[in-house]
Amino acid sequence: MSEEMIKPYGDTLHDGVVQLSFTLPVENGARAKKAVEIYLSKLNFENISVAHAYKIADNFTYFVVYARAIPTLDYSMVKAAEVKIKKMDFYEINELIKRKINRRLSVVGATIGSDAHTVGIDAIMNMKGYNRDYGLERYPEIDAYNMGAQVTCEELLQKALEVEADAILVSQTVTQKDSHIRNFTELIELLEAENVRDRFLLVAGGPRISNDFSVELGYDVGFGPGTVPSEVASFLVTKILERKGA
Amino acid sequence: MAKIPLDTNQVDRLKQLAKEITDQIQRFICKHSSVSVERTVLRLYGVDGVDSEGTPIPNRLVEILWEKDNLKSGVSPCFAGAMLESDRDPQTTAELIERGKIEFGDLRKFSQGDILEKEKELSENAVAILDSTRKKKQEKIKKCPLPRQPWRYLIVATGNVYEDLTQAKSAVLAGADIIAVIRSTAQSLLDYIPYGPTTEGFGGTFATQANFKIMREALDEISEKEGRYVRLVNYSSGLCMAEIAACAAFEDLDILLNDSMYGILFRDINMKRTFIDQYFSRLICSRAKIIINTGEDNYLTTSDAIENAYTVTASQLINEAMAKKAFLTDDLIGLGHAFEIDPQVENAFLYELAHAQLARQLFPKAPLKYMPPTKYKSTDIFYSHCLDTMFNLASVATGQGIHLTGILTEAIHTPLMQERYQALCSVNYVFNVARDLGKEIEFKKDGFVAKRAQRVLDEVENFLKELKKIGLMEAISEGKFANISRPFDGGKGLDGVFEKAVDYSNPIIEQLESEGVIHE
Repeated sequence: MSEEMIKPYGDTLHDGVVQLSFTLPVENGARAKKAVEIYLSKLNFENISVAHAYKIADNFTYFVVYARAIPTLDYSMVKAAEVKIKKMDFYEINELIKRKINRRLSVVGATIGSDAHTVGIDAIMNMKGYNRDYGLERYPEIDAYNMGAQVTCEELLQKALEVEADAILVSQTVTQKDSHIRNFTELIELLEAENVRDRFLLVAGGPRISNDFSVELGYDVGFGPGTVPSEVASFLVTKILERKGA
Repeated sequence: MAKIPLDTNQVDRLKQLAKEITDQIQRFICKHSSVSVERTVLRLYGVDGVDSEGTPIPNRLVEILWEKDNLKSGVSPCFAGAMLESDRDPQTTAELIERGKIEFGDLRKFSQGDILEKEKELSENAVAILDSTRKKKQEKIKKCPLPRQPWRYLIVATGNVYEDLTQAKSAVLAGADIIAVIRSTAQSLLDYIPYGPTTEGFGGTFATQANFKIMREALDEISEKEGRYVRLVNYSSGLCMAEIAACAAFEDLDILLNDSMYGILFRDINMKRTFIDQYFSRLICSRAKIIINTGEDNYLTTSDAIENAYTVTASQLINEAMAKKAFLTDDLIGLGHAFEIDPQVENAFLYELAHAQLARQLFPKAPLKYMPPTKYKSTDIFYSHCLDTMFNLASVATGQGIHLTGILTEAIHTPLMQERYQALCSVNYVFNVARDLGKEIEFKKDGFVAKRAQRVLDEVENFLKELKKIGLMEAISEGKFANISRPFDGGKGLDGVFEKAVDYSNPIIEQLESEGVIHE
């Protein structure tokens, strides 16, 4: 493969222009601005221009800066495991389940651990859905069980076994001190200890979740911010059909 | 002030319905108490601290009586008896009980008269604490006056109270009038109050009396420096509603998040427990002059903000009616609502104006708590900043009371220092350039906004009639609020609820009830 060198684009190819905003724990002044220039040059920027500097607390200054990034990257060398699934809509998905799977899918979802945020799991599962895309509860061919937040891994597994779930959806919004990693891992460990990992498709989701990250933790897939329910449903149907060898 | 023409007879009917709905609940509340209510009595009597395993002493003492099945008459007479026996101060007495030096719950040694007299003394001291914080706050506000509404409310949530101080000071410098310290994730489900300063919390900082003190002292300092009184907020919600209210009163907090139904719906706390606990917590707030903020905004995060607007208004009416039963005056009832309509809806802003204006007119003297958009916030922070700017305009135009400042990174993480500043730049700009916009607005009689407000009111009236017929507890169990169903005997904390015995005694509640609203 031929080299494909890239860097950020402002208004001219390869200009490397980047917009930054950050705070330094120093008083505003000429010395603070100089510090920004030196610091950003250490980060491999050039043509550093401090557009805005403002005192936001005693001994703290906020900056908006434009600068040109020096490094270039060979894009042909970049690999990432994107979720490669043909995206279908609500009607196509239901039709496919009816025709090819010939039974309703069962899906259990929850926010696990101490995380109290249901916003992610609700966006995917609630009838209403997200961004004008119906939630899984609305799918006539899917039995969706949204257990809400602060569900323990044990409760989630128990429910999944009880309703013979095809898939388990796990959401994590709070990521402070990597609590999400601990929670995601705890579930995997439980499933493996109980010898049931292969019974379910395991789906991770949340604002700071990527597919790569989720696969690394042992999940089948991970969905990040902006995911709509039909993307998740498309994935589930495609994978279940794959497993059936269809 | 902007105005929508409303039928005052209909408004009166709605308030009457809400009163009747909550009368049913109040009858239930009066017959019951909870472990948390009893722990609150101990805290107000002067019991604090933890045992060698870190369990709060109020919890230990209540557990002792609970295990002996001795709590049904209330913790108060037993503690009064222990005080007579120890002849020491409340804290020392509690420690003696905890160490097993005093037989707790044995009242045979003392006459009923002596016990009653001791209870009266303890209770008068307790109420004096509530009176003292009220007066202290009034003095401070005299010295550093309150700014004009809407008051700019900012959250801090680092998990370390000392780092929170740095963040709070920065927010005040940028214009914040109110600082809320977000609690550590899931604290609402703890059946005790953690102890001491927090340096490592998750998703926030634990609500502890020590943290309250640290933050309030810092804000006092900065209030003097800035020449305006900066208020401090925490959460009287979850399994320790009344206990948090007591700790907040000890440390001169100004505002508490406190909702009569939020815990039931959104934290799956048992409804009996919540109703009982909220009543005592509100009695404390009323006497200590702590503003309550209710949580109606949460309804709109799980269900559609247009379709379910009526549940917000209905809940506001119920929260108001329950607050009045606890003697909270209008200036202390910060009813909640939110700017959460899908921005793809055409004229979404007109709907928002209609809802915000309706709340303003239904509760003209309440410091309404207005929540920024959260559900449709994008990870494109620049777009999210635009949403907040429109929210700021709706807030100032309709004269809201407590303006929860929306932050552009809402969909990403708890805010960084610079993001509070960026958010406040938009608020300060909009509040200044549109300061008196509301005074210039009259909504057209049959226009979009007026019709929308009327439609919500009609839906509220039907809904309240239904609630009155089936009862509030039944309605919650049927999922009538926020599409969430919570059974009568489900949820957390039910095991800490008990029916009062005929000789039940809680002299603090008695005194607060008999003295009612305090007019200065």
